[in-house]
Amino acid sequence: MATATEERLEEIWGEEPGPVSWFTTGDHKRIGRRYIVTALVFFLLGGIEAAFMRWQLAQPGSTHLTPEQYDELFSMHGTTMIFLFITPLFTGLANYLVPLMIGTRDMAFPRLNAFSYWIFLGAGIFLYAGFVVGAAPNGGWFAYPPLTGPIFDPGINMDIWSLGLIFLSISTTAGAINLIVTILKLRAPGMSLARMPLYVWAMFVTAWMMVLAMPPLTYANVLLQLDRNLGTNFFDPTAGGDPLLWQHLFWLFGHPDVYIIFLPAVGIVSTVIPTFSRRPIVGYPYVALATVLTGIIAFGVWVHHMFATGLPSLGLTFFAAASMIITIPSGVQVFAWLATIVRGRRPAFTTPFLFAIGFIVVFVIGGVTGVMFASVPFDQGVTDSYFVVAHFHYVLFGGAVFPMFAGLHYWFPKITGRTYSETLGRWSFWLIFAGFNVTFFPMHIMGLLGMPRRVYTYSPDLGVEGLNLLSSVGAAVLTIGIALVAINAIKSLIAGSKATANPWGAATLEWATTSPPAHYGFASIPIVHGRDPLWEQPDLGSDLTLTHGREILGTTITDADPEEPLPMPEGSVLPLVTALGFAAVFVSLLVGSVPAALVSTLLTLGLIGAWTWTLGGVPG
Amino acid sequence: MSVARVEPRGARSTGWWGMALFIVAELTLFGTAVASYLFLRFRAPTWPPPGVEDPDLVLGGIATVLLVGSSIPILWAERGIERGDVRRMRIGIAISIVLALAFLSIQGYEYASASFSWRTDAYGSLFFTILSLHGLHVIGAILIVSWLEARSFAGHFDGDHHVAVQTGALYWHFVDIVWLAIFSVLYLSPRI
Repeated sequence: MATATEERLEEIWGEEPGPVSWFTTGDHKRIGRRYIVTALVFFLLGGIEAAFMRWQLAQPGSTHLTPEQYDELFSMHGTTMIFLFITPLFTGLANYLVPLMIGTRDMAFPRLNAFSYWIFLGAGIFLYAGFVVGAAPNGGWFAYPPLTGPIFDPGINMDIWSLGLIFLSISTTAGAINLIVTILKLRAPGMSLARMPLYVWAMFVTAWMMVLAMPPLTYANVLLQLDRNLGTNFFDPTAGGDPLLWQHLFWLFGHPDVYIIFLPAVGIVSTVIPTFSRRPIVGYPYVALATVLTGIIAFGVWVHHMFATGLPSLGLTFFAAASMIITIPSGVQVFAWLATIVRGRRPAFTTPFLFAIGFIVVFVIGGVTGVMFASVPFDQGVTDSYFVVAHFHYVLFGGAVFPMFAGLHYWFPKITGRTYSETLGRWSFWLIFAGFNVTFFPMHIMGLLGMPRRVYTYSPDLGVEGLNLLSSVGAAVLTIGIALVAINAIKSLIAGSKATANPWGAATLEWATTSPPAHYGFASIPIVHGRDPLWEQPDLGSDLTLTHGREILGTTITDADPEEPLPMPEGSVLPLVTALGFAAVFVSLLVGSVPAALVSTLLTLGLIGAWTWTLGGVPG
Repeated sequence: MSVARVEPRGARSTGWWGMALFIVAELTLFGTAVASYLFLRFRAPTWPPPGVEDPDLVLGGIATVLLVGSSIPILWAERGIERGDVRRMRIGIAISIVLALAFLSIQGYEYASASFSWRTDAYGSLFFTILSLHGLHVIGAILIVSWLEARSFAGHFDGDHHVAVQTGALYWHFVDIVWLAIFSVLYLSPRI
């Protein structure tokens, strides 16, 4: 039975169902769901690209794909999985969960949030339009010049890639700023930094890393565009440029990006493991500190991607040392998880818990090969071979996709209001775990035997055809496992039983809301007294209902002492229209039309003006 | 809990934090630009390349004084609106815009009179790209504060409601201060 407060809050925060609110909504839960679903569509596309590659590589000397097609497929596979799948998926999950976990009603800037999603969607379509016009990006997800320069890659393929990523970086940066301000200013009273859930810590550090890592990538792409289209000489050594400048800038983004992908996964695991071990995490301050330290050290290791480029050995030594040091905070976290499981009571081996444990196993293997790479002579021996492919799939698929599946199963009842099938969930875990290892473990051996990466086929003399066939069979098993997750989700959405508010008996605040949460989230803003509020405080209610209007509570950034209610904007179509304006700018740049670029830029500026004008001083 | 219905300002406002973080991202962008310049500079045998004279310190110096000086009227405008003085805010912003336009004119003259272009060599590419990157930011800052002027005529700001003016001013100061780094690198560092 809805109370008077709840009715009033529904009146303030509710949205008309139907197509209008679909385009205007600023509700973090709807936007979060959208991010997740869109990112999963890109996961499917990236997976199809991978399937084509494994089909081609199953036997030596295959001609299913031309070298040109293979180049496009591996370039778009990497670009998709990094930029369009895993990062937006974790952004979407954070969009949904962070406001609920910190006990507030929305993100700090709801319109900016909607805008970030539309830009992500637009940039994704922009990047995939290359397949439609027959010129998909073909220079790898790392896009090293001179291979991607105007001489060796003259088509628009890499223009689509670099403009698409500049376009996407608007979304990533805006989303990250939104998340940081939300975490700093909107935590429920009493949730000091030392009581913040570890998932929120992980997303806080991740968002900071996004703010600091995207600009080098964007700048590198601007320089690449200028070299390709306006005749500058940044990467041309005959005119004083240097192709290594690209590699420095790219990996100055690229290595932190590995942790931008990995830290949200760490946050999920640090949430799932205590819930199913039924005890608070062991060493909370050390895990939080390790997250922050990882984020900092991640900016000092980029040169380990460049050990084979002829840099001075003194520099290499420094980066080798930094690359070994970064294993220490990761080790601290792994031991904290293991200690939590060991010291837990009656651990419940549910699907999310299985994925979390599977993650620890796979990630430790990836970590071990990572330490091997930190050693310069070893790295120089296996660089550009399948050993590298094996390593980073253990780290990225093992380190991020396993936790993603843990998280998607764990929060499925909260987000959809339905429970999934545990039986199907366990089957999918074991198929994915087996399929993953059969696909990627043989690649270590192929690499040591000398199979080069980024090449469309291999010689039968290399002695790797058996391993390649095994790897392709593994990929098929992996695909069946992932399909089973999708079947489970669809079946549960249609016929799953209704989920209770807190089916796992978890400790964090999102489980205090109904499943799925109401538009307003919490009927009254919780007042937090510890790190595990739902375990420590049976009665969370307060008299902070904020029923004057569309308001959320601002609190101080370290102690979360209440300040004042902050007004929040209504939904608007302007974020969508402004994102379309940006899309017009990037399409104009791609076709190289100066008048169209000028007109669309002016139009976009006008839309941003209208956006700020109509807000009338309310940040949004 | 009863609370006053006053718009939060400065660091109590989410808007202020949003702008501060945007500036952090922008600073990283300019930091990357400066690092790229130094990276290519230290690989070159001579800098600037033979036949290219050092950038003109007199013109560059005047431009620097104009741009950095333009932060003062903005500061004055901000203090004005904090006391509810909309007229003082408008005058301050207008003076700042004039100073920034004078800065851009000098930049335009430098573009037109340079003996090299962005196509000549990496030095030319770096010089014009970094200068243009900053110039676009100056134009952006002018657009932001012009918009604040326009909004002031619609009555959007008074002594209790002006967080947008604070954030706009913050961006203006950032564009001015980052110029000092760019001036040091583009104009002063070739002389070392």
